[in-house]
Amino acid sequence: MATGHAEHHHGPATGFTRWLYTTNHKDIGSMYLWFSFAMFLLGGVFALVIRAELFQPGLQFVDPNFFNQMTTMHGLVMVFGAVMPAFVGLANWMIPMMIGAPDMALPRMNNWSFWILPFAFTMLASTLFMEGGAPNFGWTFYAPLSTTYAPASVTFFIFAVHIMGASSIMGSINIIATIQNLRAPGMTYMKMPLFVWTWLITAYLLIAVMPVLAGVVTMMLFDIHFGTSFFSAAGGGDPVLFQHVFWFFGHPEVYIMILPAFGVVSEIIPTFSRKKLFGYDSMVYATSSIAFLSFIVWAHHMFTTGMPLAGELFFMYATMLIAVPTGVKVFNWITTMFRGSISFETPMLFAIAFVVLFTCGGFTGLMLAIAPADFQYHDTYFVVAHFHYVLVPGAVFSIMAAAYYWLPKWTGNMYDETLGKVHFWLSFVGINVLFFPQHFLGLSGMPRRIPDYALQFADFNMISSVGAFLFGFSQLLFMFIVLKTVMGGKKATAQVWEGAEGLEWTLPSPAPYHTFSTPPAVK
Amino acid sequence: MAAAGNQNLSVGRLVGKLVLTVAAMFGFGFAMVPLYDVFCEWTGLNGKTGGQVVYEADTADIDLARAVTVQFSATNNAGMAWDFRPLQSQVVVHPGELNEVKFYARNPTAARVIGQAVPSVSPSAGADFLHKTECFCFNQQVLEPGESIEMPVRFFVDKALPDDVHKLTLSYTLFDVTQNFAETAQGIAN
Repeated sequence: MATGHAEHHHGPATGFTRWLYTTNHKDIGSMYLWFSFAMFLLGGVFALVIRAELFQPGLQFVDPNFFNQMTTMHGLVMVFGAVMPAFVGLANWMIPMMIGAPDMALPRMNNWSFWILPFAFTMLASTLFMEGGAPNFGWTFYAPLSTTYAPASVTFFIFAVHIMGASSIMGSINIIATIQNLRAPGMTYMKMPLFVWTWLITAYLLIAVMPVLAGVVTMMLFDIHFGTSFFSAAGGGDPVLFQHVFWFFGHPEVYIMILPAFGVVSEIIPTFSRKKLFGYDSMVYATSSIAFLSFIVWAHHMFTTGMPLAGELFFMYATMLIAVPTGVKVFNWITTMFRGSISFETPMLFAIAFVVLFTCGGFTGLMLAIAPADFQYHDTYFVVAHFHYVLVPGAVFSIMAAAYYWLPKWTGNMYDETLGKVHFWLSFVGINVLFFPQHFLGLSGMPRRIPDYALQFADFNMISSVGAFLFGFSQLLFMFIVLKTVMGGKKATAQVWEGAEGLEWTLPSPAPYHTFSTPPAVK
Repeated sequence: MAAAGNQNLSVGRLVGKLVLTVAAMFGFGFAMVPLYDVFCEWTGLNGKTGGQVVYEADTADIDLARAVTVQFSATNNAGMAWDFRPLQSQVVVHPGELNEVKFYARNPTAARVIGQAVPSVSPSAGADFLHKTECFCFNQQVLEPGESIEMPVRFFVDKALPDDVHKLTLSYTLFDVTQNFAETAQGIAN
């Protein structure tokens, strides 16, 4: 036992049990990131099945029911499996190092919150092999499609969502407890790096809405198996109620996926502009305002459900209001770059692409917020283009930027800058070829979630599919670059980047297994 | 060590509060169900109509100067095989006056089926002002194979109906609830 005790203090255990039993925030962060990358590839394969089928009009590869399973599984895996765990992984790695804490506040729970995830997603993915197939009702699982008309596998889907929710809730409790209790002396709230701030706010959003998601799937479970009628009109329930409860979770959820991205970009842009972040305070207040507003705009997803005029007006104006704090952030990033001494390493390229393309996605969001116009756009490819612009060149690009930015700190080696830039340009071109034509498809009336389409949509769909395969296969290059960096490469200095500031850059590269066992002094 | 003890205490307190928040928000998800019903009833949104109302006959209270058209619509939900329609497609009524219309239903299948009609009134601004004193939607209907039935609805339009509403549509969607009420039906049969 004495040796085990010694190992605990001097370095990681070896073999598989190191990963199974670890309570080290860096190990857990790495596992989250690798898990998220695996899910990104799985969800990406589902997306490529969709784009292969849509390459030409007519039904070529899959039947419509399987196509619906693909759209559903793609959405669920990307949202809950790829984007959210990636940000939790970044939080695990970086938050303790950024605030000068030795580890997360609740290390044992941290281990649990990661290790239940693989079970949740194994259960979700296994539905593909079940009789009746995987869930086919869309990632938004509207009742009664997901209750009365659902395949038998819906029960596995419900429990998978319960487990993912439990994981997210434990993760966010841990993050809040860490940030509020373990900051180094002198690290006041208004001195915290913006990534820490955005994650603190995100964690509160998760605490508030993941239980509502758990509630809505529990109601589904009762409707399906125990004869209740929450969402069944025949028994006195209401299917529209489902949409209200779902979007009360669902709208804050989209900010859960983008606020940490704001944080990442707010770290990277100052470093490569060699200037302090412009308007730090306003960034904090803008993030908080966005989080608050996210709770009062949910029904803008439901303009066509027959809402009264007063409701449409309220949700329309409330939604448009979000453009104000978001605009503050975008202008702050631009002003940070203004007259900066900018260099364009890979993380900076991804961050700048984030600012430009996320803003495009934000503008289409404003278009969708206009209630009378939304009747035209609702459930078309315009919506698909909109949320992919905020999620892929938005959230996903920020995760890639973060990976390139902190990879030298994690591994102690520099990644291959040339390959990184090749990866960036392939992704950047791929993503725009993939999603830009979808705006035109939507505006000319192509509905979302259909396996076949009218002939006039053929050309843009073909272009979009070409972009999808380009973007998809470029990510294998990303995996290669990361693996190559883990294996070796030019040694990184402690500061890594010339303009980098913050506690994590005072640590040697690679960051030792245990850091800040004695809290650093923060001026 | 004292500092570490304090830190553990404050982490524990914070986690306790956060767990309570999680439990409260889980509860809130369920609280949205009655809240939504109350909100819809209060505002008349969603075309939800109230339950049974007692009509107090007072012919002096009828607003003969005003005429409102009430239209009827009958829809079968997916999987419901009954022949279901109103016997009159519309009536012109005076606010305050009690009216009766009949709906016809026939079970053409070879099985005994239980039906439940769910009403909705549009425009939703008028939903609060159409009162039913008797309605087949208050109960389930049980039809044997081939059996048909004429089902009455008695209603009156409230005199407080907003002036800009000249036409109301009372629409019924008929659901097959045989599965849900199989046991109850057995009880009735016994």
